[in-house]
Amino acid sequence: MWVYEKKLQYPVNVSGKNVQLAKWIITQYGGPDGELAASLRYLNQRYSIPTERAKATLNDIGTEELAHLEIVGTLVHKLTKDASIAELKAADLAGHYADHDRALFYVDAVGNPWTAAYIQAKGDPIADLTENMAAEQKARATYNWLINLSDDPQVTDVLRFLREREVVHFQRFGETLNYVQQYLDEKKCY
Amino acid sequence: MALVKDRALADYPLEGVFRVTSNNAACLPLLRKIQQVEFAALELNLYLDTHPDDFRAIEQYNRMHRELCELKRQYEQQHEPLLNYGFGMNNGRTWRWAETPWPWDM
Repeated sequence: MWVYEKKLQYPVNVSGKNVQLAKWIITQYGGPDGELAASLRYLNQRYSIPTERAKATLNDIGTEELAHLEIVGTLVHKLTKDASIAELKAADLAGHYADHDRALFYVDAVGNPWTAAYIQAKGDPIADLTENMAAEQKARATYNWLINLSDDPQVTDVLRFLREREVVHFQRFGETLNYVQQYLDEKKCY
Repeated sequence: MALVKDRALADYPLEGVFRVTSNNAACLPLLRKIQQVEFAALELNLYLDTHPDDFRAIEQYNRMHRELCELKRQYEQQHEPLLNYGFGMNNGRTWRWAETPWPWDM
């Protein structure tokens, strides 16, 4: 069960239309290291992970990622909603327009559709938690590159918030990995 | 543990970046406050998931919870619904949930 709140986790403002920037940012919506992949990866791993603490961490970070998905979607929507056909063409989004008009879709920065092949649930808790730590670092790096590409300070502000969250999540998954490792070691002794 | 909350709040420029295009400007200061307190509660929540024995953090979490409940109650009473599915009240004779602006349109 989830409860929706009719607000964003962090406010999103943009200085104006910016189709090119949106084309890059959408990778954090539907790309390999994006928020959809993150959320679905963690929420799906909850069922097989041992320990109540690890389940809580996967549940709660997976839920926060949904809030981030909404923030990224809001960014892309605000940056593209008033785009002209000519502007979409200039940003190499004519293909996107042909398939989706100005609707959002789960794609990466070059238009590849999202696939479950981006994520994994190995069933082995060490493998899964290590994958999650890598995922947080890849997402942090992606936000870094997007910040380098951004020419809108208001968008950069949101990207910085999201980048910081990846660092915090990495930390929490690291602590969870240590705890689960300990739990598995203790189990072997008995 | 005070560090977690203080750093979290200090790191992000939480004041002065709102730009309003819709007619709900009156809601924004309170909404901003809710976002701040909820962020602190979320940070404490994730911290507690991996440090469940930190009683000082639990006290901080509970304090944030109480403050957040009060802010949300005020917001829903004075402005617009934040919650549906029975978690929030409808103030008015029409269904406010479907009349008020969505976050991506604000």
